[in-house]
Order: sequence, then C-alpha cells, then structure tokens
Amino acid sequence: MDKQATLLFSLLARPQKLADLDMPTWDVLIRQARNADLLGRVYELVAEHQLFDAVPLPVRPHLLSARRVARRHTAMVGFELGNLLGILAKLDTPVVVLKGAAYVLAGLPAAAGRVFSDIDLMVAKEHLDEAEKLLKIQAWVASADSYDDKYYRKWMHELPPLQHLKRHTLLDLHHAILPQTARLKPDSDKLFAAAVPVDGYPNAFVLCPQDMVLHSATHLFHDDEFKHGARDLVDLDTLLRYFGKDDAFWQSLVSRGETMDLSRPLYYALRFCQRLLDTPVPELVMAQAARLGRPVGPLAWLMDKLFERALPADHPMCVDSFTPLAKWLLYLRSHYLRMPFHLLIPHLLHKAFISPINARRMEKKAENRPTIEGLIAENKAP
Amino acid sequence: MIVADYSEEALQSLIAGSGLRFDVGPFVVNLQSSLDNFAADIRLMYGTCPLSTQSFADFHVRLDQPFGLRRWFRPQTNFTQDGRTPFKPLPLEQSFAMFEWGLNWCVSSQCHQYLIVHAAVVERAGLALIMPAPPGSGKSTLCAGLVARGWRLLTDELALVSLEQPGEVIALPRPISLKNESIDVIREFAPQQVIGPIAHDTAKGTVAHMAAPPESIRRGTETATSRLLIFPKYIPGASTSIVPRQKAASFMELAEQSFNFNVLGELGFQALKQVLDNCDCYDLSYSDLDDVIPALEQLIDASGASPALDASLTNSGGATDG
Repeated sequence: MDKQATLLFSLLARPQKLADLDMPTWDVLIRQARNADLLGRVYELVAEHQLFDAVPLPVRPHLLSARRVARRHTAMVGFELGNLLGILAKLDTPVVVLKGAAYVLAGLPAAAGRVFSDIDLMVAKEHLDEAEKLLKIQAWVASADSYDDKYYRKWMHELPPLQHLKRHTLLDLHHAILPQTARLKPDSDKLFAAAVPVDGYPNAFVLCPQDMVLHSATHLFHDDEFKHGARDLVDLDTLLRYFGKDDAFWQSLVSRGETMDLSRPLYYALRFCQRLLDTPVPELVMAQAARLGRPVGPLAWLMDKLFERALPADHPMCVDSFTPLAKWLLYLRSHYLRMPFHLLIPHLLHKAFISPINARRMEKKAENRPTIEGLIAENKAP
Repeated sequence: MIVADYSEEALQSLIAGSGLRFDVGPFVVNLQSSLDNFAADIRLMYGTCPLSTQSFADFHVRLDQPFGLRRWFRPQTNFTQDGRTPFKPLPLEQSFAMFEWGLNWCVSSQCHQYLIVHAAVVERAGLALIMPAPPGSGKSTLCAGLVARGWRLLTDELALVSLEQPGEVIALPRPISLKNESIDVIREFAPQQVIGPIAHDTAKGTVAHMAAPPESIRRGTETATSRLLIFPKYIPGASTSIVPRQKAASFMELAEQSFNFNVLGELGFQALKQVLDNCDCYDLSYSDLDDVIPALEQLIDASGASPALDASLTNSGGATDG
C-alpha cells in the first residue's frame, strides 16, 4: 500500500504530526476521514493534543461539523439507551449493551467523536421473544423481508434489525456474538457471567474489558463488507490503549480469547492494530496470541494482503488494483465462517438471484434509496 | 481570475484532469468530470466565480457516466463525492441539475458550522429577506424576480445562518432553480438574465437554472442582516397580499425547514431565535411579479428605518401593510 493510502492511519497513530501538516495533506486527510466516519475522531485527537490553533482556517469547519454530529449521535444513543433499558427492565434479566453504545454507557474514550449506525443489545436467548414483544409495543419493529426474517431467526445471533417507527433508530437485539452456525463457538453464558454492571441502570451491563475487545475483534474480522473497517480498527486501538494501561488486562487477554474460542480474531486484531495504528501490544502477548491464533504460513501471508486492503478508509485513493479481489475474497470468507456449506450455498444463491428480483419488486412499489430530489422535497439531510 | 477567464476548451481539459477549483460563497469546490461538454454549462452558470488558489477544497465532486450498457442506451450521469454516490444516476441531459443537487447535498449534510435552512435569501441595503417555503410555492420565481430587479442574491435554496455573528446570513450565490412555467415567466420578466440548460422530466418536472448575477457573486463574502421573514405563496390570479404572521409559528416553521437544527441543538436554537428577533414575519400571496416586487421593496426600505416590530417571539405585532 502506498503512503497516501494509509495517511489516515499513520496520522491517527501519531496525532502530534497533525501540528505541521500542509494544506494538500489536510485535503487528503479530511476526505479519507470523512469517508471512514472518522472525522469526529480526528477532531478529538486535535483537541486532546491541543492542536486546534495549528489547523488551517479552511479545514476547521470540517472538524467542528464532525464534532457536532458526533456529539449529537452520542446524545441520541444515550437517550435511546435510557428508553430501551427502561422498556427491557420488565424482563428482570441482565441486558448487555454492546459495541459503540457500550462505549458511551461506560464512558470509554472509544466513544469520543464516534458516530453510530445502530444500537446493539444482548439478552439471554430464552428472553428474546419476550424482549421483542416488549419492544414492539414501544414501536421497535422488524422490517426485513420474509426470507431475511426467517434467516435471522433461524441461524443468526440476533433478531432481524429492529427500527423505531418514528425516530428510525436501528436496534440489533443479540443473544450471542456470532451466528449459531458459525465455525467459532463463543459461549454467551460466559459473556453474561463476566459482564460488568453499569451505574445508574439496575439491568444494564457491558462486557468485561477482555470480552469487549474480543467482540470488537470478532465483529471486524468476520465482517463481510468492511464498510466501517477503518473505524472498527480505530475502536480496537482505542480500547487496547485504554484497557492496556492495566497489566492485568494483558495478562488474561489471550487466555480469555482461548476460553471464548476467539483466538483467531484476537490475533488479527492485535496484529493489525500494531501494524497499522502502532498500538502498543506487549511482545509476550503478541507472541502468545500468534501461537494460538496465527494461521499457517502461506495463509497468514495471504490474510495480511487481504486485510491490508480492506481496512483502510473506504476511499478511491485507498484502493489498488487488487482491492476489489481482496474484498470479494473476504466476503466469501465471512460467509464461509458464518455457516457450513450445505446452508451457505443455498443462501448465497438466494442472495444472488432471488433477492435482487424481490428487491426490484419492492423498489417498484416504493423507492428505497433516497433520491436527491426526494430529500430536498422532504427537506431532510441523510 | 474567474472561471470564465478560461476558454471552454481549457476548462474542459481542467475538468477532465485534476479538476476545476473555484469559490462558491464560503466554499471551495473541486469539480472533475469525464462528461463531454460539461465545461460549457459550468462556464455559463459559474463563469464569474473566482478561481480558487487554495490547495484545500471543501468538496471534491465528480460527474461521470456509469459503466455498462447505459453508456449507450439512455445514457445517465452519476454524482460522486470522494467515491460516494449519495443518489441514483439521472438521465445525461440532467447533468447540470444533478451537479446543483449534489452540491446542495454536500453543503446540507456536511457543513454544520452554519444553521442551514431550506430558504431563499435576497438582500437590499444590507438587509436580508428570508423566504422559506415548500417546493411549488413560487419561492424561486419570486427570488429570481427580485434578483433580476437588483436585489442581491444570497441563496436560492440553502440559507446559511451564522452561528458566530448573531442574525447574519452568509451568501452562497449559486444558480436559481426554476421549475416548469417559472422558466418562461422569468424569461419574459427578465430577458437579460442567463438561463442554463433545460432538463426535462426530472422529479420536479422541467428544471432550468438562472445564473447568479455577477454583482451577487462579486459580493459573495458580504453577509446580510436578517430583517424580513416572508412565507410566499404563488396563487394564480391573486392580488398581492402581505399579512403579518405569528413569530412563534414562524420560528417553528423555520426549524422544520432546517436541515441541521437537530444536529446543532442549543446553538441552532439561539441562532434561529436571533433571526426571529431581527425579523418581521409575513405571509405573502402573489401572482404578478411587477406588483409584488415594489411592495417588497417598500416593506424592506421601511423596515430598515425602524426596529423589528416586536422582539418577543410570542406576539405577532401590529404591522402595517407594505
């Protein structure tokens, strides 16, 4: 990968360098960060290192805008979590808040400057039906088509995405962190057992630090599209830097990964955080993680090449001639990891041939993707 | 230097290469395109915009034909910003309109350094007349009419309300979007104005743009102080009527017409409150530009001599008809 392609990562790794960027470099950085949903993160780094005065005037509005959007997102997530935890309190069972929403709830630095596409919650599987009923009464409803709906409920680790009818916020309600059909089998009971209560909400928990990292790693390195790849890697980096101040965290991270059957994604997380974002990972931890999670020789080399192309910002200047192939291979891999072949093949065939026909039919009924005129007519920005 | 200092051929090769970089109000746009003759449209509609010397652009946008069969069969245009395509492609003949709408999207979704309201703003003697209105209300026609009679154009679509200078509106002088019958109305009313390429059968019907007058572009860095808030409505055959309107209701309407009121939270509320404090609010119905324009001129000139009718948001005040 050339230098421009990884500019965003190299500056996130060494934010002090932001002090003396020239304008053309800012031009590149803002565009990459915007596409990667990391502009708010850049603002936070600038603020943390007190570099705002060094940012050229024309660049500043972009950082300020991103900060405002991120603060708005954080406020909304807090508001929705308050509602959701209230609704689910009737279950009288722990609700584990996952990913971005958990960073907000636990007040972690990973929440700073972040934007959110949805909220992720997890309840024990036996409470899932009841939880869905409670949510439905409060206008959180599933809107997947009938094939997807069945697919989620039968094979996945979560309900089909729920959406609030009025506010349009998206909610993923999990009972596990990987599909029931996945090759790796992290045990949800163990996640619940180690989860940490959150002050102020009697039923709210977040994953323990090690599990939080493992879940983030699993989510990223089992992903099929890598649309948020850069942002998710930055999440991991921020979590590792924060939890890593405590030696006890590192001492149990690798063994926890093994217990949870997640040594492979943990290895990738540590490797690519270290390689792309200079995350300080103790040598011994890296060696242990590699021993348990590193794929065999040529595969390790191939995976390096693939992830190097999938993780940088989703921007035309971060793409080389192998990027499309790399992303396609990772797409296949994610499905291979998600379910055994006898389920996978019919599913991919359905997605390739039946879904587009259905989608087209749906589209004829109602335009799904917003058109520019529609947005202006409705007067709402996406 | 301005855009039109380049010949059409020079512009075309710039747009096909590293991009044409020009100032539009407070923004720097870097435009690239592989379309055959996009330079002609840009030169016509943005000719008096200053070329930018800055190596940082706010928006890097492209217009291209999508790959595949549609290159030959009913060809289309795609708008992209840094590889992202926020919208479905449109027919090739709507390329210029798509550029306009794409730029609207860039500003309204990414520029939260302003409170952005869906409204036209024109200025006379330093005072801004703000006209928020749903599509089809005749806002753009009235805006074009006023501009053709010497009012300065700040914006036809996106009112940028300052968060730093209370009550000030920042200029974004870009082409005015005219729809259907309005195109002929303005052609007849102001034959000297430049009207750009006509796009038929868009989602809004037939669309053409009237270029911002050079004088409005030249004064593009001057703000204007909000003073009149008018909700226009074109009613065929109606005589001009200007009726005072409640400030509280006007505030809510303006918030409703804002793209980022919810993003800005209290900042947005304060900015909007200052606008409402500054402004007298009216409902306007009209059908005849020759009749309504002098009425508005009288109204704004009179308001320049007096403080806002009633600074409180809760009272409509007892305005006299202009």
